[in-house]
Amino acid sequence: MSSYKIIDHEYDVVVLGAGGSGLRAAVGLSEAGLKTACISKVFPTRSHTSAAQGGISAALGNMGEDDWRWHMYDTVKGADWLGDQDCIEYLCKEAPRAVIELEKYGVPFSRTEDGKIYQRAFGGMTKNYGNEPIQRTCAAADRTGHAILHTLYGQALKHKTEFFIEYFVLDLLMKDGVCKGLIAWNLEDGSIHRFRSHITIIATGGYGKIYYSATSAHTCTGDGNAMILRAGLPLQDMEFVQFHPTGIYGHGTLISEGVRGEGGYLVNSKGERFMERYAPQTKDLASRDVVSRSIAIEIKEGRGVGKEQDHVHLHLSHLDPKIIEERLPGISESSKLFANVDVTKEPIPVVPTVHYNMGGIPTNYKAEVLMGNESEKTVPGLMAIGEAACVSVHGANRLGSNSLIDLVVFGRAAAKRAAEIVKPGTPHEKISNSETDKCLDRFDKLRNGNGTNRTADLRLAMQKTMQSKCAVFRTEETLKQGVDEIRKPFDGMDSISVKDKSLIFNTDLVETLEFDNLIRQAITTMDSAYLRKESRGAHARDDFPKRDDEKFMQHTLSWCNGKETKIDYRPVHKSTLTSDVQYFPPQERVY
Amino acid sequence: MVQINLPKNSKVQKGQYYKDKTGSKNIRKVNIYRWDPSTGENPRMDTYEVDMDNCPSKVLDILNKIKNEIDSSLAYRRSCTHGVCGSCAMNMDGKNGLACTKSHAEIDGDINIYPLPHLKVKKDLIGDLSTLYKQYESIEPWLKTNTKTETTEILQSREDRSKLDGAYECIMCACCSTACPSYWWNGDKYLGPAVLLQAYRWIIDSRDDERKERLKKVADELKLYRCHTIMNCTNACPKGLNPAKAIAEIKKMLATG
Repeated sequence: MSSYKIIDHEYDVVVLGAGGSGLRAAVGLSEAGLKTACISKVFPTRSHTSAAQGGISAALGNMGEDDWRWHMYDTVKGADWLGDQDCIEYLCKEAPRAVIELEKYGVPFSRTEDGKIYQRAFGGMTKNYGNEPIQRTCAAADRTGHAILHTLYGQALKHKTEFFIEYFVLDLLMKDGVCKGLIAWNLEDGSIHRFRSHITIIATGGYGKIYYSATSAHTCTGDGNAMILRAGLPLQDMEFVQFHPTGIYGHGTLISEGVRGEGGYLVNSKGERFMERYAPQTKDLASRDVVSRSIAIEIKEGRGVGKEQDHVHLHLSHLDPKIIEERLPGISESSKLFANVDVTKEPIPVVPTVHYNMGGIPTNYKAEVLMGNESEKTVPGLMAIGEAACVSVHGANRLGSNSLIDLVVFGRAAAKRAAEIVKPGTPHEKISNSETDKCLDRFDKLRNGNGTNRTADLRLAMQKTMQSKCAVFRTEETLKQGVDEIRKPFDGMDSISVKDKSLIFNTDLVETLEFDNLIRQAITTMDSAYLRKESRGAHARDDFPKRDDEKFMQHTLSWCNGKETKIDYRPVHKSTLTSDVQYFPPQERVY
Repeated sequence: MVQINLPKNSKVQKGQYYKDKTGSKNIRKVNIYRWDPSTGENPRMDTYEVDMDNCPSKVLDILNKIKNEIDSSLAYRRSCTHGVCGSCAMNMDGKNGLACTKSHAEIDGDINIYPLPHLKVKKDLIGDLSTLYKQYESIEPWLKTNTKTETTEILQSREDRSKLDGAYECIMCACCSTACPSYWWNGDKYLGPAVLLQAYRWIIDSRDDERKERLKKVADELKLYRCHTIMNCTNACPKGLNPAKAIAEIKKMLATG
């Protein structure tokens, strides 16, 4: 499209996204002397990392003996053996150093009596390979994500990272299977920018907004994932969507697992602590998929609370008000604001709510993106980190507080790897305009959409379909319907209407581009779920209630061209990274 | 010559009126400031009739409803929807706050929504916060420590850590600074309550080794002492923080050496 003037930039590395992982990568890259640009559609401290509450896991052992191998075992088990154990080893081994580094950056962690970083209990985190709950989750009250995000932004400022804020990235520039940079739209003045880079790091977060009810922010639209699909590359394990057990009923606001970590518990309409039945050993601190399913069963069997009997209660009024004030101030505030509940006196009404995407862009433990079809071959010039990536360390179900540690460990790993590959100041070869034109054609077509379908209506149809057909429990029947139904909003884009035609802060067009990104991920999620005929972690099929290691100890790979998908599989890694730890063979998963 | 009238292009005009099409009996009128830089037209107030029977409780829910169902061209920032990202700060019913935590039931009569006061407007409810962000950078918001140990944390007593409470929770929404008359007049030089609260957060962090230098840096007629304890900042903070107290503490530290 020659009608758009293009402003060119050249960088060694471009980071796409300024949440926890993007900022940590940017800090490392700037430290390594690489000319780095960090591009974000929102100001960095607005990123959704700010909403993480309970904490960041690392076997520091501040509250008693701990071992990164125990952490590794818990993560492997939490992942229901779909995680790659070499990557999980890397995560858990690097975790303590990463947390200490954050503390040195200035994160205001809560403290123990002797002045060390305070750690609390969290779901699925246990002592000595599954024995009893352990306190491993490092916390800054219940605002850990906020504290880390603001601190990392400060570090990026310290290292003079160049930010491009309120730039919406349209697509990657791919040439012969190599990533050469990206095209972005500056919302502030409407200009179009072409960023050339030797490495592009995608750190765009999750895509929770394909669902109607999610703890995710409006901005969690998985833009980077969709760029991968449009580049003809696959996404991995998209069917694994985590429902957090405790979103505030009716509003979806997250209530941290830290509440149960500090002694809170769930209760049904009969006043029973029902988790004792489902997870005799760890009870309310079983892993999230287990707790969410238990709540769903309680509700299905008529033991839900409220007029519609469609939620349960989370009690913490038995806790010392001082503990609540010191360690859980944020959830007290949220409960008051969104459920009108005083947590020192009343229970919080909660229901499982979409929270996290285990799936995403397949990478190795160095954050390099995998091509998918030729086993472990990587895509030159492309990396992915954070929730956007699927390393895979979370497998079929992520443990609480393992996401914040994922952000900083792999953010750092990406910077380290990029510094090995790229020599600062290496010149960029010329590329033709055809890739730029292709990406601007899509932009222009949507911008000039004069049809009859409103973006908001198509988005709602997608969200309702995902919510009803691809929820906590799934069946052949609902998924089959879902596979057909989810394509309707995609078809609706043929006649889309965008009222605002301007280029400055055109949020109408931003939401339309975001919808175009979301719907492709919704389709791959639904199709991947339909074809996985087993139950594993967050993917629970009524018709296939057992895990099937023979057929499905494999990562799903999904390509998506328009609304057509191609699904394939690749085996889960069955070895560790070093001899420091032994491979944990699959076991029955009981909490 | 003193200019008494507002410049012509800043006069707010009467805008469009969007009548309810749902037939609802429970309607509220919502007046919203609109300005599109690409048209060359003056700002205007558009009025929307909103069906309150099918609208959740917050002002942001109203805005989303308007954008989704009535007028998709309305521009505002929003993200987390529960008061931690600070995106949707705006002026509602004459008060600064976060649209996602402000209940519309607290507002009597018509609901008037404007951008945060005294910012350059980018479009509709979106204000320009770039000056505030530069000021934030100027206070060097990172830990400065001479500690060399790499394998363990810097110890901090619970008491020292508790001094950060009320400061580190700031979400940089700018409700306080844009409610401050001193910041309105001297916003280019006076740091304002949001940034001074952050300056204070690093000054009192027991792990930081450059407390004195930090204090010296803000001890400036314009940067700090333009605070005249009007207290609008503390009144405006949607997180219940007290920037005015933090500023007073900085002044006190400087006075007592």
